[in-house]
Amino acid sequence: MNIVVAMKQIPDLQQIRIRDRQPIFEDVPLTLGSIDKNALEAAVQIKEQQDAQVTVLSVGDENVEDTIKEAMAAGADQCYLVLDDELKNAESSVTAVILAAALQQMEDKPDLILFGEGSGDNYSGQVGSRVAAILDLPQVGFASSIVVEDGRATITRSLENSEEVVEVSLPAVVTVMADINEPRIPSVSQILKAGRKPKEVVEPDELDVSIEAGKIDTISNLAPETERKRIVVKSVDELIQALSSEALIGR
Amino acid sequence: MTAILIYSDQDGFALELATAARSLAPDQLKAVTVNNDAQAQVLTDAGVDVLKINNDGIVLADVAVVAAVLAQAAEKANADVILLTSNRRGKELSGRLAQLTGAGCLTDVSHITAEGGNIQGRRNALGGATVAMQAINTDKKVFALMPRSFEPASGSGGSMEDLVVNIPAASVKLVEIKEKSGDNVDIEAAEVLVTVGQGLADVSQLPAVEELAKKLGGEVACSKPVATDKKWLSEERIIGLSGKKCKPKLAVILGISGQVQFTVGIRDAKTIISVNTDENAFMNTMADYILVGDLHQAVEELNSKL
Repeated sequence: MNIVVAMKQIPDLQQIRIRDRQPIFEDVPLTLGSIDKNALEAAVQIKEQQDAQVTVLSVGDENVEDTIKEAMAAGADQCYLVLDDELKNAESSVTAVILAAALQQMEDKPDLILFGEGSGDNYSGQVGSRVAAILDLPQVGFASSIVVEDGRATITRSLENSEEVVEVSLPAVVTVMADINEPRIPSVSQILKAGRKPKEVVEPDELDVSIEAGKIDTISNLAPETERKRIVVKSVDELIQALSSEALIGR
Repeated sequence: MTAILIYSDQDGFALELATAARSLAPDQLKAVTVNNDAQAQVLTDAGVDVLKINNDGIVLADVAVVAAVLAQAAEKANADVILLTSNRRGKELSGRLAQLTGAGCLTDVSHITAEGGNIQGRRNALGGATVAMQAINTDKKVFALMPRSFEPASGSGGSMEDLVVNIPAASVKLVEIKEKSGDNVDIEAAEVLVTVGQGLADVSQLPAVEELAKKLGGEVACSKPVATDKKWLSEERIIGLSGKKCKPKLAVILGISGQVQFTVGIRDAKTIISVNTDENAFMNTMADYILVGDLHQAVEELNSKL
């Protein structure tokens, strides 16, 4: 079975600083989306139970070649990268078209295509659904469990107030929740071996696909202004008094 | 004239979408319902014109099928703009529907306005570190709106019309629907949240926190590590980027330093109290009332005095 995990390169969000409400990206290291790592772990766990090959697929600028090593160390067998400077920060609809083209070009036809339910940075959650639509594949989002058997997958989809157990025939697109598993930390030897795993790097031209214009315009992107009172109270009594005067307690 | 089409799997959220649609254009609103006559009635009672789809071949769990029928409804309604709810069902649907209709798509939108002939949506970006104003530059647009960001619509004089659609072959088989086991708390609906972080010394201190939440008429919530690492509370109670985004009237934040991954889930609270031993905790800059001190003592004192 061929499992493809789509992963997105993002800036390490913990290290973004804000100056004059503007995000500063200088010297911020690149990493992979946190829920994407859960998707990879889900793939690796399936591979541990049955004959499967795990391919990581990513679209972005040339830095992805380095960033993706993390995924290779964490259990992927190989990677397929579509790289172009114009694909840096590509909008969801653009990325989806490229990913779908790559999936169609792969020599080993994908059976299960996994995504995180949202990227770490934009968390828009559309790319998996868009790819499924382009390839006309069934999809199941927000998976909290995936069991693959005889060309079918039984998936638990976690909704806000209930869980659905569904069956799909493969190939299918599945997006996973962060709580589906705990991604493993690669050992030193796995990290050392990561660089030697097979890697295919292509440009969008080679996939017979052009980079479309993004469908979203960003008018502004600023840290929110916090308009809070910031009143320091000296005691619990003072706090209770303040809350009473705002009618927040004693209703 | 083009219409604004709304769809939600939840009746209450559908009414919120109606309000949002009317804020963009007062009289271009149309709703579509799928196998849900009760919702069609609720919307009609609120003055909305409803296209009713009833077909046993449609299962909501099959997003591919639902997206396909909504695309047909949009065409029938001559709608360029589609508003969905940004709950899990709606979010999953939005990308597929946008792709089918050639639309640009924004999800998790907390506010929309008509500006200069286009619609601008507000949403968190960079994991919540920033808030972006964005617009869709294609004619067809799909917006998924955050639950509880708009008041439910009211009105009168709506209408109902049956809509017959072509159903593509089912792609997903629904085996079972399970109630979520364990904790069924809905912290997003709570008016008061008493929220604990890593400053909570021990799980034995939780009952006192629960008592305080009860006295304030609210629920206990937590930052992510309290649930995922320490497992003191269920993951249903996590506030933040990977948890719930809540806007209670009152949020009491106990022993939380205030990283953006947390604050994104609570910064829309009306009033925030931060109790922290560190007077320079970032959380304090986002608080209305700050009590510098030990949270355990503060909770005990509050419990005895409230």
